[in-house]
Amino acid sequence: MALSGMRGLSVFISDIRNCQNKEQERLRVDKELGNVRTRFKNEKGLTPYEKKKYVWKMLYIYMLGYDVDFGHMEAVSLLSAPKYPEKQVGYIVTSCLLNENHDFLRIAINAVRNDIIGRNETFQCLALTLAGNIGGREFAESLAPDVQKLLISSSCRPLVRKKAALCLLRLYRKNPDVVNVDGWSDRMAQLLDERDMGVLTSSMSLLVSLVSNNHEAYWSCVPKCVKILERLARNQDVPQEYTYYGIPSPWLQVKTMRALQYFPTVEDPNTRRSLFEVLQRILMGTDVVKNVNKNNASHAVLFEALALVMHLDAEKEMMSQCVALLGKFIAVREPNIRYLGLENMTRMLMVAEVQDIIKRHQAQIITSLKDPDISIRRRALDLLYGMCDVSNAKDIVEELLQYLTTADFAMREELSLKAAILAEKFAPDLSWYVDVILQLIDKAGDFVSDDIWFRVVHFVTNNEDLQPYAALKAREYLDKPAIHETMVKVSAYLLGEYSHLLARRPGCSPKEIFNIIHEKLPTVSISTIAILLSTYAKILMHTQPPDRDLQSQIWAVFSKYESCIDAEIQQRAVEYHALSMKGAALMDILAEMPKFPERQSPLIKKAEDSEADTAEQSAIKLRAQQQNSNALVVTDQRPTNGAQPAGQLGLVKVPILSNADQSAAEIVSHANGALTVVDPQPPSTPSPDLLGDLLGPLAIEGPTGAAPASVASGLEGGVDADALAIAPIEEQANAVQPIGDIAERFHALCLKDSGVLYEDPYIQIGLKAEWGGHRGRVVLFLGNKITSPLNSVQALILPPSHLKMELSLVPETIPPRAQVQCPLEVMNLQPSRDIAVLDFSYKFGTQLVNVKLRLPAVLNKFLQPISVSAEEFFPQWRSLSGPPLKLQEVVRGVRPMPLAEMANLFNSLNLIVCPGLDPNPNNLVASTTFYSESTRAMLCLIRTETDPADRTQLRMTVASGDPTLTYELKEFVKEQLVNIPVPSRPPLAMPSHIQPTSPPPSAISDPGALLAGLL
Amino acid sequence: MIHFVLLISRQGKVRLTKWYSPYSQKERIKIIRELSGTIVSRGPKLCKFVEWRGYKVVYRRYAGLYICMCVNHDDNELEILEIIHHYVVVLDRYFGNVCELDLVFNFHKAYYILDEILIAGELQESNKRTVGRLIEAQDAMVEAAKEEASSISNIIAQATKNVS
Repeated sequence: MALSGMRGLSVFISDIRNCQNKEQERLRVDKELGNVRTRFKNEKGLTPYEKKKYVWKMLYIYMLGYDVDFGHMEAVSLLSAPKYPEKQVGYIVTSCLLNENHDFLRIAINAVRNDIIGRNETFQCLALTLAGNIGGREFAESLAPDVQKLLISSSCRPLVRKKAALCLLRLYRKNPDVVNVDGWSDRMAQLLDERDMGVLTSSMSLLVSLVSNNHEAYWSCVPKCVKILERLARNQDVPQEYTYYGIPSPWLQVKTMRALQYFPTVEDPNTRRSLFEVLQRILMGTDVVKNVNKNNASHAVLFEALALVMHLDAEKEMMSQCVALLGKFIAVREPNIRYLGLENMTRMLMVAEVQDIIKRHQAQIITSLKDPDISIRRRALDLLYGMCDVSNAKDIVEELLQYLTTADFAMREELSLKAAILAEKFAPDLSWYVDVILQLIDKAGDFVSDDIWFRVVHFVTNNEDLQPYAALKAREYLDKPAIHETMVKVSAYLLGEYSHLLARRPGCSPKEIFNIIHEKLPTVSISTIAILLSTYAKILMHTQPPDRDLQSQIWAVFSKYESCIDAEIQQRAVEYHALSMKGAALMDILAEMPKFPERQSPLIKKAEDSEADTAEQSAIKLRAQQQNSNALVVTDQRPTNGAQPAGQLGLVKVPILSNADQSAAEIVSHANGALTVVDPQPPSTPSPDLLGDLLGPLAIEGPTGAAPASVASGLEGGVDADALAIAPIEEQANAVQPIGDIAERFHALCLKDSGVLYEDPYIQIGLKAEWGGHRGRVVLFLGNKITSPLNSVQALILPPSHLKMELSLVPETIPPRAQVQCPLEVMNLQPSRDIAVLDFSYKFGTQLVNVKLRLPAVLNKFLQPISVSAEEFFPQWRSLSGPPLKLQEVVRGVRPMPLAEMANLFNSLNLIVCPGLDPNPNNLVASTTFYSESTRAMLCLIRTETDPADRTQLRMTVASGDPTLTYELKEFVKEQLVNIPVPSRPPLAMPSHIQPTSPPPSAISDPGALLAGLL
Repeated sequence: MIHFVLLISRQGKVRLTKWYSPYSQKERIKIIRELSGTIVSRGPKLCKFVEWRGYKVVYRRYAGLYICMCVNHDDNELEILEIIHHYVVVLDRYFGNVCELDLVFNFHKAYYILDEILIAGELQESNKRTVGRLIEAQDAMVEAAKEEASSISNIIAQATKNVS
């Protein structure tokens, strides 16, 4: 068919087609552009026909990829031509040449608006099409009301209204404010009653866009959407022309189901039932047929139905049906369906209850990883990544590693990153993790980013048990020929730090290590040489006794690089050389690197960042957000992995851990004659903290050197000797050692309101408190420090009788690197020095870690400073004349401290020292207010008289309006003065409970102290 | 939403481009170059979806012509495949057994037809007969204007003849 009547254009196109090469084409185009330019210059001589012809030529040239930087004005001016043919060309060329950001478009707004509000239907269509295709914000602001009018006008024909619907959609995307939700929601619902299928299809697209932003206003559309869907699915009342290969408008079906996915749920039971009937019909009634188009159309509907079923949280049965269908799809020959099967299965992972069913298809998915089609391989990789958890991590990661060697380059980087992340997240033990990463570097070094090997160094540094293993592995890889430079880096680093741990193994003497690393030096880049120099310095430092020969070799290397052109290398060489001559000082400076603070894995962060963010907010993304919005948990986990698996990075089994804490689990404490087994776990179970608590004070003052066993057996009820006997220094000594002294942490927290209560390699418990009157609010921050979730988390509060404590719900699982906040409300009923205990436990792998921690909700927290003058003090002091309101005691064994320090101690306990009240400069007078429910606010006065000649004793007088308060306060202050790390006392009020901590031997031997507690 | 539509020949020649999202001319050229390389080199037995810059390009091949549409990664790919086919069916009815050469010399018709099928990157009309009728009506209007113009020029020519 010849070009209707535009000979000039046909000739030009033929000319271009006949060009032999790009150069000829360019010449021809340049000639034509010159011609058009001159013709446009004296526009007056141009007939409308010529103008049209030249504008088409411009578009053609533009389409070929040449820059056309003139003639826009001519194209735009055609918009306001009076005749249809010119106008039509003007509209179409303008909308092709310009995009919404062009300034030229601004001058077109008026012409477009005139055509929209004009009476000519064909002009309206042209104008709506242009605004719908390239309209920007300004179009939205000036045209939206007119477009809305056309859409709902009863006098407009469908051909205008369907264009108006999509035009409005575009304007809404550019500026959502142009659609007034209140006024529009009813209209939108009415539009869904439309009989014309073209208008209905366009309106449904508009609805999808509206509800993707805000569904609230459009609830009334839900039943209508379901009705439309029913009508289509049953093929009732659908014009023949709107069926596509016998399927009633598949596009409208898809759009309608898409719109429904933006509503959180369908509540009305009748609507819900109808909807599920339709969905069931689609799921069951879709067959694979020969005709490609029919197949595509029916499966387009089917996949959308699957997405909707998933969104609506259907019954498990229906979900399983969906997974079964997908399982069938991922094995079919048709590549499109295979691709979509994998893609939708990945989305299905979000439904926790079908994850196990999906796992049954693992073998088929792994086959798809080897599909000839990269698109399918990508989907398979994503799915494997998403379905990976501790139960299948080993298999999946090994598959990925195997695939890595044959994978195409376009995928290797993603593949290695994903393998590294999975290895980190789900490693059953750390040595496996190290194996995986080293293999990764070996197989695809070019695609292993620095982040990955930094991370492995991070783990090895933080886990002592792993160090010899990692060093040995690094040593083995160095024997391989032609290893990747990244491998040289990581091996050199690890061997520099830890090769001394291998010293006795064959081939691991410092000299041999140095030689094998030094072999690689000529082939590596500057950044690696810098690492090698550090490694040499460390090897030198670890070589004891010094090896003169090795020393001179290394020094030779250093002196060679002292004149290196690279400043970093030069500096290292000079410094290491000078340092290594210093002998002993070298030890300090080159000591092992300290542990890294736990932080979010940069790998996982990177993977998150690289997830492309595309235009409109998708239903799936919204859903993921909804699923993740757990108010308590602040986490960075990836949503696709759904329910968290149980595993975590365990310690490698290396028999070097101390046994100091093992017996802890076996301590049976004695409470009111009842024997209670503290921890019913097998002997190897770690439960360090009970003992840690016990040992804390002992280590500072008590009978030093007391072995845990002897301490334990010193307790009544003692130790299960059999259990101890079978708990030798054994391999599964997975004892979790607290970091820092628990007792010290507790005492520090008695004096301040925020800090760390407890820490071990896996968890950190922080605390922040606010106190006011007799109430307090404490927030516990449970922070998972590691890269796998902590499970079976339990926190029980064992309050003494005088405190009312309510702990909010503690989640059972703390996701990786997440922090959970648990508020704890405290109310003080009466004065007492008893201490509340937090019984905290979690599971690490299969083993239970249980600690009992004293909570710093101590007496002084309910004191509020008050400063009294002499006029107020003395009358009070006198009125409280003697016991039991005023008690006096000579305290011996006081920690000697200067008076100023004692005053500080008092102040930090909220006992405010009132200087000048006592004429004797060796005495301290302090006042405070105590709050409890029984006593209300009560003034307390304290006087201490010290003896400058003997600072270990003093006389203390305490007075208040309540006898218990006076006694408790006196004892409390005494404890503070006698020794800071006081042993904790059991909450006597709860005799039937597990004793949180046992009184140290000194307390037992002092019946007075026990008695005091009972008072 | 469809971000753009490309018609590319097997040799990488561009037959039609339509952009529903704003791209500068530079970006447009880069996209065309990138995608035509990727898509044309894909074998016939592979799936018709290419993942690209976080989007998906859905394409179909008709003889030597590839029709590609770029959509969001969570859009329904099969629906897009059939929008492509729908477009081709309409072209085929209009030209009568359409071939690539029809689109080369009548690229403006391809644009008119596309504008009746898609607006704002969304499907506007799925009834091929309706689209056909609208295009015919447009052609008729152009023809009528032409006849009118030529009849006027005839009158003028006649008039001037008579005068001379």
